[in-house]
Amino acid sequence: MTRRIRIGMFLAAGAVVGFLLVWASVDLPSFGHYRGPYGYVLNRVVTPERHVTEVVTATVFDYRGFDTLGEELILFAAVTGVVLLLRPEEREAAGNLGDQVGSDAVRVFGALAVGLCVLVGLWLIAFGYVTPGGGFQGGVAVASGVVLLWLVASYRAWEPVARDTALDPVEGLGAGGYVVIGLAALWSGLPYLTNLFGPGTSGTLVSGGSIPFVNWAAGIEVAAALLVLFSEFLDEYIVPLS
Amino acid sequence: MSVLPYLVAAWVCLVGLYGIVTSRHLVHLALCLTITQSSTYVLLLAIGYVQGGGPPVFKGVELGTTAVDPVVQALALTDIVVSVTVLALILALALDVHKDTGTMDPDEIADMQG
Repeated sequence: MTRRIRIGMFLAAGAVVGFLLVWASVDLPSFGHYRGPYGYVLNRVVTPERHVTEVVTATVFDYRGFDTLGEELILFAAVTGVVLLLRPEEREAAGNLGDQVGSDAVRVFGALAVGLCVLVGLWLIAFGYVTPGGGFQGGVAVASGVVLLWLVASYRAWEPVARDTALDPVEGLGAGGYVVIGLAALWSGLPYLTNLFGPGTSGTLVSGGSIPFVNWAAGIEVAAALLVLFSEFLDEYIVPLS
Repeated sequence: MSVLPYLVAAWVCLVGLYGIVTSRHLVHLALCLTITQSSTYVLLLAIGYVQGGGPPVFKGVELGTTAVDPVVQALALTDIVVSVTVLALILALALDVHKDTGTMDPDEIADMQG
């Protein structure tokens, strides 16, 4: 199939799909006139039931926690795939990499930004079920903070943090922790991932029952997964193949 | 224009698809796929929006205050993280293809196999 025929076919098919999408949009409830019951129900029910003030996090890790487990496993599988594709059998030891940052100002403020970024990430995870945040968002922030290490220092500073032997077990702990918290409910004779513990005090860190544990498992998993991804690509770019 | 956000989602989806079809570079193709996927975020968040609603967070906000749908936000947030890792997987595949064939143009790769 030549390029021209393919684009022609797409334009024809795209016009049809576009027409169908517009046609479907016109009959949707107009913007701002939300109709579904679930949003209203959750916004009313979550805080009294789970003593969690962040309804999105409660939805992710409790009311639809089983779906989130599936998404975690997609994450895990995708990372495993990247590692399998990119990790060659042997690599030469990194030579003189020449990626040192020249500017002292960048180094000093960058080093401050590393700590700040990781701290904000941990805070986002820790308070994820009280104020906006949560394991997914916080995990990404923590990973970004650690990646900054490479940007502002050097590959040598980054390498020990990102070593497979350190990251792989942490990632496994995050993914496995989620599964085990679910199994704990089964073990006590309840359906999988049932919220086990007392709801605690609303608006504090001691609230939400199982949610904090699942939240931390997800945060650890996401942070480690992103670091594994980044370190695989960075190794590809920086360490010459043997 | 009460359906404008839905039309934006449709537009983003089609633009991404157009990019995929006409792409001449695998990295560009992967990014176009991500753009297509982003249209779902626009659609989800548009559907969940409640006129005058605040964020579905009730720390320091009285329970029962109008807030937007948390379910679609939960879907969008997990989806974003998953899409990033899947993008990484696609890019790793692209790197592999480049190692094997020496090209990043999808058309040339197809020619080689045909």
